[in-house]
Amino acid sequence: MNYFFQQLLNGFQLGSVYALISLGYTMIYGIIRLINFAHGDIFMLGAYFGFYAITRFKFNFFIAILFSMVLCMIINVLIEKIAYAPLRKKNVPRINLLITAIGVSFFLENFASLKIIFGPDYLPYPRPFKIITFDFLGLTLSSIQIIVFFITLVLLLILDYLIKRTKIGLAMRAVSYDKETALLMGINVDNIISLTFALGAALAGAGGVLYGICYPQIHPFMGIMPGLKAFVAAVLGGIGVISGAVLGSYIIGMIEVFTAAFISSTFRDAIAFAILIIVLLTRPQGLFGKEEGIKL
Amino acid sequence: MINLYIIKIFSYACCITISALGLNLIYGYTGLFSLGHAAFMGIGAYLSALLTKSFSSYGYLVYTGAIILSVISTFLISYLIAIPILKLKSDYLGIATLGFGIIVKVLLDNSDKVFPQMGGSRGMLTIPNFTNLPIVLLSLIAVILIMRNLIYSKFGRALLAIREDENAAYAMGIDVYKQKLLSFALGSAFAGFSGALYAHLYCFLHPSNFDFLRSIDLMLIIVLGGLGSMSGTIIASFLWVFILEGLRIILPQAILDWRLVIYPLLLILLMLLRPQGLFGNKELLWLKREYP
Repeated sequence: MNYFFQQLLNGFQLGSVYALISLGYTMIYGIIRLINFAHGDIFMLGAYFGFYAITRFKFNFFIAILFSMVLCMIINVLIEKIAYAPLRKKNVPRINLLITAIGVSFFLENFASLKIIFGPDYLPYPRPFKIITFDFLGLTLSSIQIIVFFITLVLLLILDYLIKRTKIGLAMRAVSYDKETALLMGINVDNIISLTFALGAALAGAGGVLYGICYPQIHPFMGIMPGLKAFVAAVLGGIGVISGAVLGSYIIGMIEVFTAAFISSTFRDAIAFAILIIVLLTRPQGLFGKEEGIKL
Repeated sequence: MINLYIIKIFSYACCITISALGLNLIYGYTGLFSLGHAAFMGIGAYLSALLTKSFSSYGYLVYTGAIILSVISTFLISYLIAIPILKLKSDYLGIATLGFGIIVKVLLDNSDKVFPQMGGSRGMLTIPNFTNLPIVLLSLIAVILIMRNLIYSKFGRALLAIREDENAAYAMGIDVYKQKLLSFALGSAFAGFSGALYAHLYCFLHPSNFDFLRSIDLMLIIVLGGLGSMSGTIIASFLWVFILEGLRIILPQAILDWRLVIYPLLLILLMLLRPQGLFGNKELLWLKREYP
């Protein structure tokens, strides 16, 4: 029984990281209907920025997270302005946007693995603070887990405040609801889209650093699988729904940890996707999504 | 030596073309967003390799049988998969097929627990080398002919109608769901065929040859060629294989690492400059046909 609760805690840890990534997916899909395949690579960049901030520049851990968030924001906005914005202006079919996102993803992965950038090797991630373990009701809770939960919670609260209580958040919701009408209401749609990319990247950047301290090994292709899982989580929760993405992430994290603990670690991807397919077949809009009417 | 290398690459390009033509039927002509095409290639490849490896003393007899069997079984498997999955639309269909591709890859990774000769994640070795240049060329020509006749048949026109407007097609008396199922299963059968050829070309299979990144590669090819254009798909497949390999030769040793950086940049640039793909939906030479 203790083993079970211990795994529950591990599931929460993995789910928190997924939540930070999947929020970016869900917000970007919500606003321009793009499955942003490059988002997992922003997460990878975040992990690397944190790595250099801690080892090279000797930043404090929290400053390192902020540093990586800011850099990721800048890079994602640049990507949006250079690669996606011209396509959006040309009004091309959605598949072109998707292929461009895949191109950006390949570019980031392979550019990062150049020797002059990050290099193709696996790097051990530094642990910038002492690992203390607590006994909590018979469970072992480490300082890493506490920090991950704490930072995730703070970021989620900030995001929630930003989206629900500020004017910018209102504009974001308006754009995702109806772009043309939002434009008529005097909202600068281009800026709001850039802002969404920036917000998503900031969360993914923080997620990268947290992933690094939880599972301390990074390499340029590390973003593919967590990115895909986070995307699955976003779809599971109902893509475009913020709270759905968070809950979906915790569900996926739990599924993965429990499959690894009780069945076999090689099957965890298969089971996560099998559950996704079953959910999609019974509730195509995801667990917490709203049903869309049929358009004729 | 260099000749042999070029022949291998050329044969590989033919295999990729066959698979891409299958995906073009599914996505280009019918509009079913599939991101799990490489999985069907993998099923065909592993199934045929398992057969030829087990009965290798029968030579080309078992090779032919294995190819036919793997085409039929990929057709049936994809048909069965499609029955529930095709209820989903657009992006969700893509996600479900992507998930299917990943499940197949995990199963292939663990295949050695049931069939030790499949090798699981260590890869399948010592597959007899039956596929050669004449065989792939003939297969490619046969596939192009079949595909051309399919597209210009009543069935093909029904698919185009479904792609353009599902509800209108339904109103015209087309059994939309059944035609979609057939299109998906036929396209996947082409992938299975190409997989079977591929397995006996390189004599080595690994689950990562058929993971979701390969499915995405196939999607790239058909979008680059122009959706719904057979000529586009064929030319884009060859260009894709030869440019990726050619960069290996052209680039000096010092910047060889840049090969995979240049390729996505070309991709992004092409999407920006020619969003409709190289050919749009136009056809070349005898692939062209006016509707009556």
